[in-house]
Amino acid sequence: MGHGNVASSRQAVHAWLMLLPALVLLVGFTHWPIVATLVDSFFSTPKGARPGAWVGLENYEVMAGDPVFWKAVRNNLLFAGATIPCSIGLALLMALWVNERIAGRAFLRMAYFTPTVLPMIAVANIWLFFYTPQYGLLEQVTGALGLPSHNWLGSPGTALGAVTVVAIWKEAGFFMIFYLAALQTLNPSLREAAAIEGASRWYFFRRVQWPLLMPTTLFVLVNAFINAFRMVDHLFVLTRGGPDNASTLLLYHLYEVGFSFWDTGYASAITVVLVVVLAGIALLQFFVLDRKTHYQ
Amino acid sequence: MQRNTFLKAFTIPLLAGGTLLAGLAQAQAPVEVQFYYPVAVGGPIAKTIDGFAEGFMKENPGVKVTPIYAGTYQETIVKALTAHKSGTPPVTSVLLSTDMFTLIDEDAIVPFDNFVKTADDKAWLGGFYKAFMMNSQSGGKTWGIPFQRSTVVMYWNKDLFKEAGLDPNKPPATWAELKEAATKLTKKDASGKVTQWGVQIPSSGFPYWLFQTLTTPNDAILANEAGTQVKFDDPKVIEALQTWVDLGKAGIHPPGVVEWGTTPKDFFEKKAAIIYTTTGNLTNIKTNAKFDFGVGMIPGNKRKGSPTGGGNFYIFKKSTPAQQEAAFRFAKWVTQPERAAQWSMDTGYVAVSQAAYDTPTLKKYGTDFPAALVARDQLPVSVAEFSTHDNQRVTKALNDGLQAALTGSKTPAQALQDAQKEADRILRSYK
Repeated sequence: MGHGNVASSRQAVHAWLMLLPALVLLVGFTHWPIVATLVDSFFSTPKGARPGAWVGLENYEVMAGDPVFWKAVRNNLLFAGATIPCSIGLALLMALWVNERIAGRAFLRMAYFTPTVLPMIAVANIWLFFYTPQYGLLEQVTGALGLPSHNWLGSPGTALGAVTVVAIWKEAGFFMIFYLAALQTLNPSLREAAAIEGASRWYFFRRVQWPLLMPTTLFVLVNAFINAFRMVDHLFVLTRGGPDNASTLLLYHLYEVGFSFWDTGYASAITVVLVVVLAGIALLQFFVLDRKTHYQ
Repeated sequence: MQRNTFLKAFTIPLLAGGTLLAGLAQAQAPVEVQFYYPVAVGGPIAKTIDGFAEGFMKENPGVKVTPIYAGTYQETIVKALTAHKSGTPPVTSVLLSTDMFTLIDEDAIVPFDNFVKTADDKAWLGGFYKAFMMNSQSGGKTWGIPFQRSTVVMYWNKDLFKEAGLDPNKPPATWAELKEAATKLTKKDASGKVTQWGVQIPSSGFPYWLFQTLTTPNDAILANEAGTQVKFDDPKVIEALQTWVDLGKAGIHPPGVVEWGTTPKDFFEKKAAIIYTTTGNLTNIKTNAKFDFGVGMIPGNKRKGSPTGGGNFYIFKKSTPAQQEAAFRFAKWVTQPERAAQWSMDTGYVAVSQAAYDTPTLKKYGTDFPAALVARDQLPVSVAEFSTHDNQRVTKALNDGLQAALTGSKTPAQALQDAQKEADRILRSYK
């Protein structure tokens, strides 16, 4: 009995020692900053020789009264609402397509995956010229169809849509890789069985492939959600949140408040909200959707 | 890569020499000066800066200057201020001239006046163009030393002027002439779609700067010298914005917000006959324009004028007096006429003093390529780039208003009154 205790406690010590390096990094760079940010959000921004003072919930009140914050929230919900289903849908379609035995399959797979490999800033610079009025690629296409010229990034009505399309294009290839990997692990005998039973391709997808892909979909969904609030690099190149905040997103607004305005107190408050929302979504997905997911 | 090799090549003998020296005399440790600099235009900036540091150290063996490339202007101030907050800022850094109030408010920098002692120092400080010192001085003190400075000028396509029946060597000098020329220069295809715009003033990112090319000629100054008050709702400012919006309404200027980054390309592609952009684009346009182009002063209205822009040297407070003194000497050394002239030719930035333009090298360059002198000729009527306390926040209020007016979601008067209200609210604690 006593022996067993010593052994198990030694084992526990070993386990903790093994976990320590990762734990130190996680605590140092993730958990501690979150706690520090939470604390900072209750203080005013220190300026020069003046240290930050306890202001309670004032930073959160400022946030509630900040029209740009609400604009960013609205834009971000629209951005998420478009990028998540579109990029996942597109990824699935592409994966099913390149999973077939077709000529040039390797080339197609690479082509679909390329956007993921390219750095976002470089990609955004390319898209900047796609969207350029008059001689941009998009304008050349619409011009050839006889449609009127349009300033895609410079009009409040289309700026958000334009940056959303870039995000979808960038993400779809990444998610495709996960779906493709999942599709390749499916047992080929399932397809044969379905073929013998005379199931249509759609039926086979709906009743066999899709349910078996659910774990992947869950994983991709979590990532898509996080990315919807995390992908802002292209804004720096394409619109800088403009015109008049028409394409600003939460994280971009947060960056502006924190590193352009140097209002670290208010920026901390926005960060806390963002962390709470994202953590909430992740928990919801893991605990609710996970239960409904069928694992093999 | 180049810089790395240079650093290695340099530091190894220095370290070796350093240990040797330390053995001989403990007291003679070199003063280390960390120097952050941004790169905002094309060209071999890093190489030139490293060359400066090397040259300075040759003449000042007791000082070790370490230039550190820190990204864009925005990235550089983020790094410098974060380092300041953690207690170990660079000794000196090149940052936007408009960051002056931010740096003062953060208690991050010291004025240069403390180091100006000899008559030679005083003459040097008095030698800079007044237009550049406007963004560098506040409260009777000099906080920044002009280094990589620019200004907005007008570029026009001479071929398109000829096609439109305009004199290619006589650019529009007033708003009325600009409107007239732009109208003639605007081309439409059979369906009524514009294929070539008369004039294009970019408005993405930092529209306030380009807006100053309209407010200054309309005899309006947007902020007071102390940076505590703005005048966005001044009728002259509203009139200036109305003029910009009206160019769009008249169909001779592209609608909506015009991208800053693609404006030079629009010019190369002959989609815009006249553009407003920085002197920093001169080399770019000189290399890429496949037609004869002119560089001119911004058209005037009630007066002439354009804003300056670009970066200054700052000295950080949390460094030792010896380091600060060394940084001061470095800034002085780099802005000497010969080097300012070299810097201007290498980069397209405006040389910061008359003495630099009087050097034989820059004189010759100006004769061969007169476009390089336009910025200098515009300096006597140039004004400070818009800057206040809590600068980026106030600037954003103005930018948002300008973009709202340009995209038609607000009238110019409404947009500027809203911006004024927001700016007053932000600045109330600085009065």
